[in-house]
Amino acid sequence: MNAAVALLQAKFPDDVVEVTEFRGDTTVTVKPERIKDICLLLRDDPQTSFRYLSMIAGMDYSPQSPRFGVVYNLYSHKYKNRITLKALLKDDRTPTVDSVTEVWSTANWHEREAFDLVGIRFKGHPDLRRILMPTDWVGHPLRKDYPLKGK
Amino acid sequence: MLEPGIEEKTFVLNLGPQHPSTHGVLRILLEMDGEYIAKADPVIGYGHRGHEHMAENRNYLQFLPNMGRVDYLHALAYNQCWCMAVEKLLGITVPERAEFIRVITNELNRITSHLLWFGAYLMDLGAFTPFLYCFDDREHILDLLDRVTGSRLTYCYYRFGGVPSDIDREFIDGCFAFIDRFRSRWKDYDNLVTKNVIFINRTKGVGIITPEMALKYGITGPNLRGSGIPYDIRKSEPYSAYPLFNFEIPIGENGDIFDRYVVRLAEMEQSLRIVEQALVKLPNGPIMAEKVPKRIKPPAGEVYQAVETARGEFGIYIVSQGEVKPYRVKLRVPSFATLSFFPEMAKDNLVADAVANLGSIDVVIPEIDR
Repeated sequence: MNAAVALLQAKFPDDVVEVTEFRGDTTVTVKPERIKDICLLLRDDPQTSFRYLSMIAGMDYSPQSPRFGVVYNLYSHKYKNRITLKALLKDDRTPTVDSVTEVWSTANWHEREAFDLVGIRFKGHPDLRRILMPTDWVGHPLRKDYPLKGK
Repeated sequence: MLEPGIEEKTFVLNLGPQHPSTHGVLRILLEMDGEYIAKADPVIGYGHRGHEHMAENRNYLQFLPNMGRVDYLHALAYNQCWCMAVEKLLGITVPERAEFIRVITNELNRITSHLLWFGAYLMDLGAFTPFLYCFDDREHILDLLDRVTGSRLTYCYYRFGGVPSDIDREFIDGCFAFIDRFRSRWKDYDNLVTKNVIFINRTKGVGIITPEMALKYGITGPNLRGSGIPYDIRKSEPYSAYPLFNFEIPIGENGDIFDRYVVRLAEMEQSLRIVEQALVKLPNGPIMAEKVPKRIKPPAGEVYQAVETARGEFGIYIVSQGEVKPYRVKLRVPSFATLSFFPEMAKDNLVADAVANLGSIDVVIPEIDR
């Protein structure tokens, strides 16, 4: 089994919800409350050493509930492997999760994008404002209920 | 001490959105303290076309042409990433000849991308002549790629399961001729630029990216390798036919502009090596996998596929729910992460260096905006 998965299950037994393998990709679904601690552990522990965050994606899984989620893809230069972390957010109205900007600085822009396009709020983010859409834009274009022109 | 009535104040300078050094529609708000930058704030999104939103509303094949328009300078790598991600979802293996053709065209495309950066960057720094040399060389590759793909810039050549058309003798001979020609040009490039004292003074020790910073900001590609970290997805997570070829990953030492320049130049030589080996070893056989369904309907699941483009790691995260359209597509673009480092890089530096820095990280704006 993947060292990262074993480590997470040992250190955060109550937070790991599900582990899936699909076409060689490992996805770990975790509870969102302690996401920052989980990320810090994965970054700093010598067994995992995920020092590079490749992306954060805001997700809208509607009509499922919980509707919103955040997906992190991490890479370890040391072990040359990847892991996908997934957190489903409880609040369908104002989905909120802790920011991981302090863990990886690159998260700053990725989180701004997830906020802009999907409307996920990141608690503790230093500068949470729109990034791709104009500042006065209304709505979040990647939500599933966002109207599509021409339909 | 300031005289009474005179106060210290910063002012805001607008770089762009139509500044020649931004290579696209990028605007940077520079808060200036005299000649020095106190704070830089990139304003992006002018070219936002909603590629991710389009992906959710088209089927897998219909989205393929979009990939050539995300980063138009290394379009084939983006083509390949989308094809590989969908092939991974479907569980298709691509025949060896098709993988070879993909590698050959992809590496040629990487050279065009680096050449364009080279010429345009030198122009940013005020040197006009190298631009003409680069575009002369680049034109030869564009003709070759035009012959096999049918277009010169926004390619849409790969298909799920292989490539639609084979390469011919004329293309292969053209490639060998180009390799010989291009290798004979290194001397000119060295004399014109690498040994040019103005260029060296302008770039050595300027715009340093430390390895720690590069990792924190998720910088990939030549910008990361210039800082001495040998991370190249072609080696670390080998895909396509890359494991079959000998090539090196050039790295820099100081992480300054000059090192990034040297890394890109050395990468072009490595690409030539790969193309050469692939042409010699090119196997016979089919160019398309046999069992590719006419109607692409992958099983439910999620995959992440990354490839090494001229600018770094490009990744596609697809969530499929077993429909003909993807449920969600996230494009992880290298320039986005690289540009997010720019404020840190520009801080407390001269505005003249900001232009040199911005060019040196080789960002493609439509890719950032998606």
